[in-house]
Amino acid sequence: MKDFKEEKTRVDQADRTIYDVKDRLDPAYLMDSGITPEIVNQISKEKNEPEWMRLFRLKSLKLYNEIPLPTWGPSLDELNMDQIVTYVRPKSTMKAKWSDVPDDIKETFERLGIPKAERKSLAGVGAQYDSEVVYHNVRAEVASQGVVYTDIESALTGPYSDMIRKHFMKLVPPSDHKFAALHGAVWSGGSFVYVPAGVSVEIPLQSYFRLNAPGAGQFEHTLIIVEEGAYLHFIEGCSAPRYYVANLHAGCVELYVGKNARLRYSTIENWSKNMYNLNTKRASVEEGGTVEWISGSFGSHISYLYPMSILKGKKARMEFTGITFAGEGQNLDTGAKVLHAAPDTTSHISTKSISRDGGNSTFRSVVTVTEKAEGSKSAVSCESLMLDSISRSDTIPVMDISCNQADIGHEAKIGRISESAIFYLMSRGLSEDDARALIVGGFAEPIAKELPLEYAVEMNNLIHLEMKGSIG
Amino acid sequence: MSHSLLEIKDLIVSVEDKIILNGINLTIGSGELHVLMGPNGTGKSTLVSAIMGDPRFQIESGQILLDGKDITEMKADERAKAGVFLSFQVPEEIPGVTLEDFLRTAKGSLEKRPPKILQFKKELKEQMKALDMDPSYAERYLNVGFSGGEKKKTEILQLLMLQPKLALLDETDSGLDVDAVRTVTKGIRAFKNRKNGLFIITHNARILEGLDVDVVHVLEGGKIAYTGGQELISKITQDGFGVLGKGVGLHEGL
Repeated sequence: MKDFKEEKTRVDQADRTIYDVKDRLDPAYLMDSGITPEIVNQISKEKNEPEWMRLFRLKSLKLYNEIPLPTWGPSLDELNMDQIVTYVRPKSTMKAKWSDVPDDIKETFERLGIPKAERKSLAGVGAQYDSEVVYHNVRAEVASQGVVYTDIESALTGPYSDMIRKHFMKLVPPSDHKFAALHGAVWSGGSFVYVPAGVSVEIPLQSYFRLNAPGAGQFEHTLIIVEEGAYLHFIEGCSAPRYYVANLHAGCVELYVGKNARLRYSTIENWSKNMYNLNTKRASVEEGGTVEWISGSFGSHISYLYPMSILKGKKARMEFTGITFAGEGQNLDTGAKVLHAAPDTTSHISTKSISRDGGNSTFRSVVTVTEKAEGSKSAVSCESLMLDSISRSDTIPVMDISCNQADIGHEAKIGRISESAIFYLMSRGLSEDDARALIVGGFAEPIAKELPLEYAVEMNNLIHLEMKGSIG
Repeated sequence: MSHSLLEIKDLIVSVEDKIILNGINLTIGSGELHVLMGPNGTGKSTLVSAIMGDPRFQIESGQILLDGKDITEMKADERAKAGVFLSFQVPEEIPGVTLEDFLRTAKGSLEKRPPKILQFKKELKEQMKALDMDPSYAERYLNVGFSGGEKKKTEILQLLMLQPKLALLDETDSGLDVDAVRTVTKGIRAFKNRKNGLFIITHNARILEGLDVDVVHVLEGGKIAYTGGQELISKITQDGFGVLGKGVGLHEGL
């Protein structure tokens, strides 16, 4: 506790320079969304952004105010937009207090064995921690290969600013949906990675190390460009719950995979259980390129998450492996989308979902095959495990095939844990809880084995935690 | 004189309100091998499952004692910790959990601390070799895609790795070819010692080759109808259960 107070002081000191927007606001602007052009201008000014970005933000804001909330997914009625207004102000005074962090999150940190300094950072209350050093070291190492790995704000004003301008929100335009527009207006923080042609990055890059960047996490933008023949594994997020005062996460991820390049993008999103996670992720893949998504969705109150792959070039490929765990009070609507826009493209979507204690998990997939995509193949499989009779699991596969020569398959399985399997494991000395956790862990294993070891271990711990219901 | 390892007193067991076992009395001493025979559908599997603590079966009355300790009310995992093991007639498939990880977890639960990894791996390798199992099975998901024979061998492998006090084998030989039965028998021989006990359900004598059977029980009409020595097995396998005559009475020491 004591070292926390010290850290808190540092946050306060940093806050003294705050440009307090509150006093200058015309209350009339707060009528609709609450986010005003002034706030957006302010964000842009604080970041010393180029003029085009300021205009981009304003245009996005306009769209945000025009586009209605989605009506087809889990209800967003309880989303508190006022709180978000406060949060998006530059250098908001709205900092979390360690004492406000819900007990279940604190205890999860404890159980996962996360060091104290990192816990605070994950809880959104810390200012700095040791991983910054690791981040710098990683940067230096990959830089020697010509790889750029930096926060997106610095990239915007540095030598790569033109590249950012060319790619920023081109895959996910702000007009896409209300929260893409919001993102365009108030985005802050995130990563920029550029891998030059032919470079294979041997170590996975992890955004985990720069979670602590100011304002990062809630409206972060990830932009990754992997040039021809290059390879990168990027890991985003971490399995410990991330807690923020405001309860909306509207991030955006854009992945550009060049000709014959390969990008593996792994995320575990584990937001606190009050969070609305409305994240948009999209990849475009050129000829012979491959994008591989590994996606774990834990936590959050409501999630809308359907990473999309646009297979632009001949023989482009995508693989999506995802897992969703919905517990009490959670409604997680997840899945994947793919657009086959060139001949001989391949997609493979494989997901697992687990629901328990009244949790609701919905799998949505959209496979679109255009006229041009002759000889394309798509296989979608989703398996759901319901751990009790009050939980729900739904599958909504959509296929739009405009091409005669395409091979499309879909497979869905919904099941429960069999009592005889529990008895079998108990007869070998496992407690009932351990038996259930082992079965659920086994169900998740195909995903776990795709993850880097430390994440797999954390995910496994997390499943055990979730399965135990109460921690301790 | 061996002490009694398993003692069953007046056990009445029902499933969905139907009485299956109606007053079972049975004692297995340490170092003993008992065989349980009887026509299909008489409740042999029910008996071993009830001893293991299968929640599908309701114990209406009676007692099950292991080493003199009452385990009647215990859950299956507590019974396993007390030393009971059941080789399932139809072993469960557990996707995503490798045989090795499963065995390590089970051993850790039974011994209340994780086994030493190298020692464990070495032992596993040796036992698998003794059972003619391909070492790659250790890395495969438990029973998933295993043949009937491999599943049963895996049960015996678990028996050897977990070393319970009392092993209940529910038709471990059924559906196996000659060689596989021989391997299973070899495993049982390796397991058997003066301290532990075996209770084997079977329909034929092959699995018992080279094993000293102490007592044979015949279950009929929810009761132990006959109890005898090894000679009962050949009688039954040759001439069927009819040879024992119809009737319920208890024929002690036939």
